[in-house]
Amino acid sequence: MANSQTAPLEPITAADGTPLKKKLAQALFRSRVRAVSLVVPLFAFVMASFVIPIFALMWQGVYNDRFSSHMPNLTEQLTVWDGLTEPDEIMYEALVADLTTARADRTIGRVATRVNQEYPGTRSLFTSTARKAKKLKPPFKESVIKANKKWDNIKVWQAMKITSQDLTPGFYATALDGRYTVDQGFVRQDENRQIYVKLFWRTMLISATVMGLCLLLGYPVAYLLATLPLRTSNLLMIMVLLPFWTSLLVRTTAWIAILQSQGVINDLMVFLGITADDARFSLIYNMTGTIIAMTHILLPFMILPLYSVMKTIPPSYMRAARSLGATPTMAFIKVYMPQTIPGIGAGGLLVFILAIGYYITPALVGGQDGQLISNMIAYHMQKSLNWSLAAALGGILLAGVLVLYWAYDKVIGIDNMKLG
Amino acid sequence: MSGLTKKIIAIAGASAFVSGAAMAADLTVVSWGGAYTKSQVEAYHKPWMAKTGKAIVSEDYGGGIAEIKAQVESGNVTWDVVDVELSDAIRACDEGLLETIDHSILPPSPDGTPATEDFLPGTLHDCAVANIVWSSVYAYDSSKTRNWNKPTTMADFFNTKAYPGKRGMRKSPKVTMEFALIADGVPVSEVYDVLGTEEGVARAFAKLDTIKDDVVWWEAGAQPPQLLADGEVVFSTAWNGRVFNAKNAEGQSFEMVWDGQIYDLDLWVIPKGSKNKEAALDFVAFSTATEQLAAQASWISYGPARASSEARIGTFHSDDSINMAEHMPTAAANFKNALQNDFEFWADNADQLNERFNAWLSK
Amino acid sequence: MAKLPPYTSTGEYIWHYVYRSICGLIFLFLIMPIIVVLPLSFNVEPYFSFTKGMLNFDPAAYSLRWYEDILRNGMKAPDAPFDWAWLADTWNNGQWIRAIRNSFFIGICATLLSTALGTLAAIGLSRSEMPYRRLVMSILISPMIVPLIITAAGMFYFYSQVHLSQTYLGVIMAHAVLGTPFVIITVTATLVGFDKSLVRASQSLGAGAVTTFRKVQMPLIIPGVISGGLFAFITSFDEVVAVLFLASPEQRTIPRQMWSGIREQISPTILAVATLLVVLSIILLTVLELLRRRSERLRGITSS
Repeated sequence: MANSQTAPLEPITAADGTPLKKKLAQALFRSRVRAVSLVVPLFAFVMASFVIPIFALMWQGVYNDRFSSHMPNLTEQLTVWDGLTEPDEIMYEALVADLTTARADRTIGRVATRVNQEYPGTRSLFTSTARKAKKLKPPFKESVIKANKKWDNIKVWQAMKITSQDLTPGFYATALDGRYTVDQGFVRQDENRQIYVKLFWRTMLISATVMGLCLLLGYPVAYLLATLPLRTSNLLMIMVLLPFWTSLLVRTTAWIAILQSQGVINDLMVFLGITADDARFSLIYNMTGTIIAMTHILLPFMILPLYSVMKTIPPSYMRAARSLGATPTMAFIKVYMPQTIPGIGAGGLLVFILAIGYYITPALVGGQDGQLISNMIAYHMQKSLNWSLAAALGGILLAGVLVLYWAYDKVIGIDNMKLG
Repeated sequence: MSGLTKKIIAIAGASAFVSGAAMAADLTVVSWGGAYTKSQVEAYHKPWMAKTGKAIVSEDYGGGIAEIKAQVESGNVTWDVVDVELSDAIRACDEGLLETIDHSILPPSPDGTPATEDFLPGTLHDCAVANIVWSSVYAYDSSKTRNWNKPTTMADFFNTKAYPGKRGMRKSPKVTMEFALIADGVPVSEVYDVLGTEEGVARAFAKLDTIKDDVVWWEAGAQPPQLLADGEVVFSTAWNGRVFNAKNAEGQSFEMVWDGQIYDLDLWVIPKGSKNKEAALDFVAFSTATEQLAAQASWISYGPARASSEARIGTFHSDDSINMAEHMPTAAANFKNALQNDFEFWADNADQLNERFNAWLSK
Repeated sequence: MAKLPPYTSTGEYIWHYVYRSICGLIFLFLIMPIIVVLPLSFNVEPYFSFTKGMLNFDPAAYSLRWYEDILRNGMKAPDAPFDWAWLADTWNNGQWIRAIRNSFFIGICATLLSTALGTLAAIGLSRSEMPYRRLVMSILISPMIVPLIITAAGMFYFYSQVHLSQTYLGVIMAHAVLGTPFVIITVTATLVGFDKSLVRASQSLGAGAVTTFRKVQMPLIIPGVISGGLFAFITSFDEVVAVLFLASPEQRTIPRQMWSGIREQISPTILAVATLLVVLSIILLTVLELLRRRSERLRGITSS
């Protein structure tokens, strides 16, 4: 007895003599490598074609070197300028040198657009002075101001100082209805140019409304589908799945045809005498149209998670509650509803996240007051070509969505996402 | 592996599907669609194809320089010739997105006047050659019976008491704000001066506020005739050629009000890096010759950009009783109270006024 | 309908039928737009609404002209006699035909890419020894959650820099990325119910990893793969925002053509196309339903 306890334990070995622990670790490592190598192709693909492009765009929201890359001499001078004193001859000399080069390279338009974003009305100032720049003679300060007296305005120089900074918070400031100035730091945007904060709020409001309506309409339907016998509920499920599978544009087109003032609903109202022929309801190209169309499109996203949660609730709970004396309403509120909370959370969050990013439906049926923030992002990408501002707006939207996504993960868990 | 074989067959089949997609297009010409593109196809594309034996592919777009910019910056330019508004042409040229066009390639008029003198003033630029003069006006449907006096001025458009009902306006501050100022009594010669001041902008918005609840905003040129025909609006601002077309080719009974018209130019541009630059230049020179511009005028009521073409304007292509010259923006009877769009002003202020316009819209 | 239990009160009785009618109305709300589009596409007038003739079921008010327009729109010689040259003309030049071809080509390629990559990744992710599982899963699923406008704008910006914009490859890559989350979700769901002892059994019988995968795992997860693939296909087929930014006019897909149909050309041809798409959805839905029943049969669950 004493002997066996004092003898040291031999490490257990595998068939080829290596210790079992080490062998196990090796096998685990190999299977890890196998698992990772299965995931790597997709991961690399998603990184290259999705993550990196988005980061590249977001970078544009804070980094814009249009001015500094095309007007290098002036940028150098502006960096050391304090922004408050009058510009001196050296700065004017740098200005003329850069304008001449930019005109020859045909890059002056980009510079002009960039400064115009900061201080509206200066675009033609740049393009016209650039045309004359080659012929200007020293002393430059005099000749430039003679060419166009707007150069004497220190605000123009301040605007150039801001745009000459590559790394700038200016676009995010604009996205939040502010401006970044040289002398005062962050200030609020003029009253009549404040659009973005309002738009963010409106986006949240419309999304919340759509989420509420989807919940209101989706809950009864999901309950019905979950409690009917399987055969019937499968049949009725078609009515939920068919819209889900139908093209988004088809459904939106259909709503245009139904809601327009010469459309199906208004014709019906006039036919039934509910409204006169020239006082038709205006159901589309406004917020109402957006809400109706979005509710219709997002309703299946609420019904399906609710349905899958409700299917797991045994009906015996309700019967037990009834047998203990609860009225049907009481039983429903106290016993059934609390168990469906995960489904409500999943469906609600999903609908909300999808709604705040919506673009197509508001663009087609929203008119002017049913626009969401994504429409503004698209506008800046395609019409005003202010990609940096689009990136800033997109960055804020993305941050919001990621926060909600993180909440969704914590509450429900991404692994548990079911699509029926 | 049967799975893999199936996949290979699927891909091969799919590619056979698309093999015809790479069409042999000698030239891609892009324009605004609808009746306008049709007029260009008849007056420019077909004769050019007959003359050179090359093929033209005609594409539609909605305006703006975003696609041109995207193509030039990605190095993959598929559009060879594009029809753009003047402010877009200037802007794109400034940003280095267009090829320069040497005006000496443009043919002289039949009586020998060189092109540079024959073209109307302000129609030839470094990167662009004008083809038409078009105008923004407002129109109404005279078949929808109402007890109205016929509207005759821009102020009538804003008069909801005498002319109740919804109005269609382009969802853009351009033209919309000038119309507001003209209706408010600003003489056309002073409109841009007034609009350049803070008070002027406020005044324009104040005038627009008086009808804001009744406005249906349109974005595509094809929408105003549609809105009028559907009865969605009683008035709508529109491009004069589209209204003319709806009236004479589609049988609608629309009438136009020329008072306060704002006329502008459309021009041909060639994106930088176009793969068919020679053919593109040839097309631009051909289509802006005197005969071709006059021919287009018989398909749609936009004025030609050359003085020599005006004398050759004929009748409507399908109805000889309609004399096109009367329906041009530049016809004397229509030109009494007209304003030319100031592209410098809009190049400077478009971004800012767009923001303010969007802010005003969302109030 | 199930018979109500004998202890229901009158109030409950009434509520029962009221409730069913409410649900009926909601179902109507869900299905109405799709049903409405079908007859509108046969309208002989170029309007988006029912004309008097249509409501009276007057045969003259109905026509197939918009379906013809699908073929004719964009042709060089639409009124030529119907023969091989006419078919070649519509195949090469018809705008809608080109859109249909592009949609299928891009859809099939994107689906193959996303299904292949997604299935592999799902299998890797389902293994418990995968490090950083949750983080990687979140990143791979994020294309479904990130607002599409940001994705499309970012892709547009980046792909332009690397000369991928306005090419078929760019659009296919974009669609593949957008489709993979669906493949991952459905395949993961299938793998959850997968019995791992089958793998060990096959390995104990001497099969290598690849053979095990081919002969044991694949047949059982095929329903999940196919349904994920169908989701990915329909995502690509229906996708318009990325195409708006990334595609040149040559690569226009059906939704892109419908978009300009609604905004620029306003032709009821899009209603005809919409009807055809609804028919396609019904077919796909049926296929999915049959797959679901098959997998239930395989697992021993049957519906009553």
